[in-house]
Amino acid sequence: MTNTEKLQQTFATALAIDINRITDELAYNSIKEWDSTAHMILVAELEATFDILLDTDDIIDMSSVAESKRILAKYDLRFD
Amino acid sequence: MILTQLLQGEPYNLQKQEKQPILLEGLNELNAWHHQNCTEYSNLLDAIGMEPPWYTKSVTETPYLTVPLFKQLELKSISEEDVFKVLHSSGTTGQTPSRIFLDRDTAALQSKTLVRIMQHWLGKPRRPMLILDHPGVIKDRQAFTARGAGIQGISFMGRNHCYALHEDMSLNLEAIIKFEQAHSHEPVLMFGFTFMVWVYFLQALQKEGIKLNFPKGFLLHSGGWKKLQDQSVDNSTFKQEAQQLLGLNAVHNFYGMVEQIGSIFVECEEGHLHTPAYADVLVREPGSWKVLNTGQTGLLQLVSLIPKSYPGHSLLTEDLGKILGEDSCPCGRAGKYFLVEGRMKRTEVRGCSDTYNVPT
Repeated sequence: MTNTEKLQQTFATALAIDINRITDELAYNSIKEWDSTAHMILVAELEATFDILLDTDDIIDMSSVAESKRILAKYDLRFD
Repeated sequence: MILTQLLQGEPYNLQKQEKQPILLEGLNELNAWHHQNCTEYSNLLDAIGMEPPWYTKSVTETPYLTVPLFKQLELKSISEEDVFKVLHSSGTTGQTPSRIFLDRDTAALQSKTLVRIMQHWLGKPRRPMLILDHPGVIKDRQAFTARGAGIQGISFMGRNHCYALHEDMSLNLEAIIKFEQAHSHEPVLMFGFTFMVWVYFLQALQKEGIKLNFPKGFLLHSGGWKKLQDQSVDNSTFKQEAQQLLGLNAVHNFYGMVEQIGSIFVECEEGHLHTPAYADVLVREPGSWKVLNTGQTGLLQLVSLIPKSYPGHSLLTEDLGKILGEDSCPCGRAGKYFLVEGRMKRTEVRGCSDTYNVPT
């Protein structure tokens, strides 16, 4: 699985929504499934999937799927 | 937007002469926004004779609403379809709770502001977090109580979240011990509401004869002292007991209200509550509603640059307190620092929002 596929799968699991809804444009707080409660689950799942530790800045900056790729790139992960 | 710029900086480094003009500009923006977008708010400004464009010359002139108004009216400055979440104050039985309407942007600003403030105290890495409450408090995700919203907000500072209590508020000893075994020597975060932390966590640990050991732990707690004063527990008793039973040093209270979630006032090492760059406190004399000087006790008025989806940027609370100083706390942080000294009886609280005739 590529990192992008892993990322989409992690988002789908954490937010409990269909993987087809995970697009770059999908934004935090734009759907009821991605609220602050789901955000904490998402962060924990991303950490487990990619074996990283996100800090508090990362969490508040992670406002969309596209942003999450930019943030994860800081941890030497590539999304093509 | 002023707040977005301020959030790029540190929460406690703006001195008075720098802070007041920025705060004033931000509050004036909000006055104009809410006047344009909230009918009840604009009726209120009209009723007290404030003329457009509501640009006041000093923060003390910013109009304020009283907190009970949020129980009586649906105050919001956004359309129905933009309501993302509704917060409810806990409110005792028989009372209508306050309802605070949030859209995406205001909800995001609340989280961001809270994180900026808490990063100052905890650093940027998230800490293993022991929540001194039970998991049921955040069950209904669309309509949080004040308690749930507080826990949810502070949870952003944590990881490996663990609830210390069962649904019936008894100690979840198994979970607590497991958490201690895993994280005892790490910098952990513990958070709960003052009264509940005292009764259901500290007192319960004592009854069980259990002492925990978190030498790098940070206990953060929030909520009034009234119920504890009835049991003769003051801040220093609370602190000593917590330090002894949890084996930690850092114990910090914070003051804040559900009507202004995000801009909280954290207690420093000197025991003083500190205003961050994004908020401020004024003290008014009950009756005359004049702004009192440093050292004089009166009702606290809180201003915050966060509330955009509802007109809660300037509120007269029902809490009594006094300002101790500005930019001069021995802890070195800039901004006003103050104490909360108790609560005034609801019926005695009157503000300019009383001039607004509430339809029944």
